[in-house]
Amino acid sequence: MSAASNSTSVAMRGPSRGSTMATTLIAAVLLLIAVAAPFVLYPVFLMKVLCFALFACAFNLLIGFAGLLSFGHAAFFGGAAYVTAHVVKEWGWAPEFGLLAATVVAAGLGLVFGLIAIRRQGIYFAMITLALSQMVFFLALQLPFTHGEDGIQGVPRGTLFGLFDLSQPLTMYYTVLAIFVAGFALIWRTVHSPFGQVLKAIRENEPRAVSLGYRTDRYKLVAFVLSASLAGLAGGTKALVFQLASLTDVTWQMSGEVVLMTLLGGMGTLFGPVVGAGLVVTLESYLASTSLPVPVVIGCIFVVCVLVFRRGIVGELLARLPRRGH
Amino acid sequence: MFSLLGVPPQVLFGQLLLGLINGSFYALLSLGLAVIFGMLNVINFAHGALYMVGAFVAWLLLTYAGVGYWGALVVAPVVVGLLGIVLEKTMLSRLYKLDHLYGLLLTFGLALILEGAFRHQYGVSGQPYPIPAALQGGQNLGFMFLPNYRAWVVVASLTVCFGTWFAIERTKLGAYLRAATENPTLVQAFGINVPVMVSLTYGFGVALAGLAGVLAAPIYQVSPLMGTNLIIIVFAVVVIGGMGSILGAIITGLGLGLLEGLTKVFYPEASNIVVFVVMAIVLLIKPAGLFGRER
Repeated sequence: MSAASNSTSVAMRGPSRGSTMATTLIAAVLLLIAVAAPFVLYPVFLMKVLCFALFACAFNLLIGFAGLLSFGHAAFFGGAAYVTAHVVKEWGWAPEFGLLAATVVAAGLGLVFGLIAIRRQGIYFAMITLALSQMVFFLALQLPFTHGEDGIQGVPRGTLFGLFDLSQPLTMYYTVLAIFVAGFALIWRTVHSPFGQVLKAIRENEPRAVSLGYRTDRYKLVAFVLSASLAGLAGGTKALVFQLASLTDVTWQMSGEVVLMTLLGGMGTLFGPVVGAGLVVTLESYLASTSLPVPVVIGCIFVVCVLVFRRGIVGELLARLPRRGH
Repeated sequence: MFSLLGVPPQVLFGQLLLGLINGSFYALLSLGLAVIFGMLNVINFAHGALYMVGAFVAWLLLTYAGVGYWGALVVAPVVVGLLGIVLEKTMLSRLYKLDHLYGLLLTFGLALILEGAFRHQYGVSGQPYPIPAALQGGQNLGFMFLPNYRAWVVVASLTVCFGTWFAIERTKLGAYLRAATENPTLVQAFGINVPVMVSLTYGFGVALAGLAGVLAAPIYQVSPLMGTNLIIIVFAVVVIGGMGSILGAIITGLGLGLLEGLTKVFYPEASNIVVFVVMAIVLLIKPAGLFGRER
């Protein structure tokens, strides 16, 4: 999204030494907090946050760093959840293979979506991904293996690598944390690689990137597939955590929710989607115990974010920090 | 009884009629989207929600004010249009200088609010809305039974669609509108109040959605979720037709409605996704859409 360029200077400061060290420090502190968290907070809630955080980070890789607004990421998230649930429950696969299957299927789906959607840009890209994901929703509603409205219930968590019993909440939590950290590290690496720089160039000015000789469609496609795979990994993990894969995760509302998490936290910032996911999940579990209608509240946050808070929380924080490095 | 391709004609024509009606709604809604997009460069995600609001205004008028169908046919689009103008003035107009995607995100939020609020108030179950007395009953055409109301819906929406096409392509006001789409600054320099024109365009576009809502009320039940899934299909219709042409939006809407009806006859399992499949195929062959120009 070229409008993200409002905050470009904020979003990514480039790999200057000072900011890299600061980010590493922040990451280390956050990791320590994450390791200690299950002793203070309810582990299932934390795992939900981590799954959505990975999902939002994967989504942010597209919108924040390649400028592509996908309104269909629920297809990868929810579709992959079905895959994990099915292979683990019906075929008795080990959880690690369940997650691998989820990632591979999401990557394949991402490749198909990407090949179709990158033929158009901007608003059309959003509408096409939305329409394609709605197709996945109808497939999930009708195909026999997804069990329609019931979803796939009672998915066994199993034993990871034959060693770790995932039915233990803490073991499951640290597994999810490890998956999240691995996914986040991959995104970090991607963003700071030459490949990531080209993506940013495409986001800022695609015709120019083309004129410099980059095949922008290929870069966009690779970014799309990578984002879809990570969203799939997040979805598969969520299916293991909640032992359930359901239609909720493939709806367009879910696609909208991940947009909100990223927007609220800060598009194009590395930590923004994590913060956004934490806030939205917390808010939803709070609202569930009140009589307030959740979509109305979510919709209001959306409107406020778009109108007055486009940088998001982390984006605003970064904008207020004194400049360092360069 | 004779049959066509192994399908009894009642079934075939019944589904085709249903397809034609769905197609009329697709046409009305994608027309509104195309008009709005042409002028504002905003994809109005709230279009489905405003269609639902139109239907609810008709239902509320009947239930609480005793205003019948014909009154609602006038009042509901006006109410929805005014609501649209307020939304445009207070929110959308702040986003024109930014990336167009923010308009999509804003209207997405608005759609969530509208649908959530109605759902909170009236629940998910539909409210029945009676067919007006003058349009009850139907005609026996020999090969099928044609309910009067459904014939009316098709005729009414086609009239509105082509009226809009005529107004935009053949009148002076339409010429201003098209000129402002091409170059708003220049048109403003000629002394035409472009911001007001933009508000009115948005109001008109969503009023079309409101009108579609009233037309739909007696056919489908009036429910908070009636616009949700429809709008995504209409997006696909818009992508297939391309947004450059008003006539293209109308033809694509009707055509896809009919195609959906045919799919229901011959391969019902695929009827929900056929529009999306067509969209994918069109994108692979002609990325700008059937009637579109790449801009």
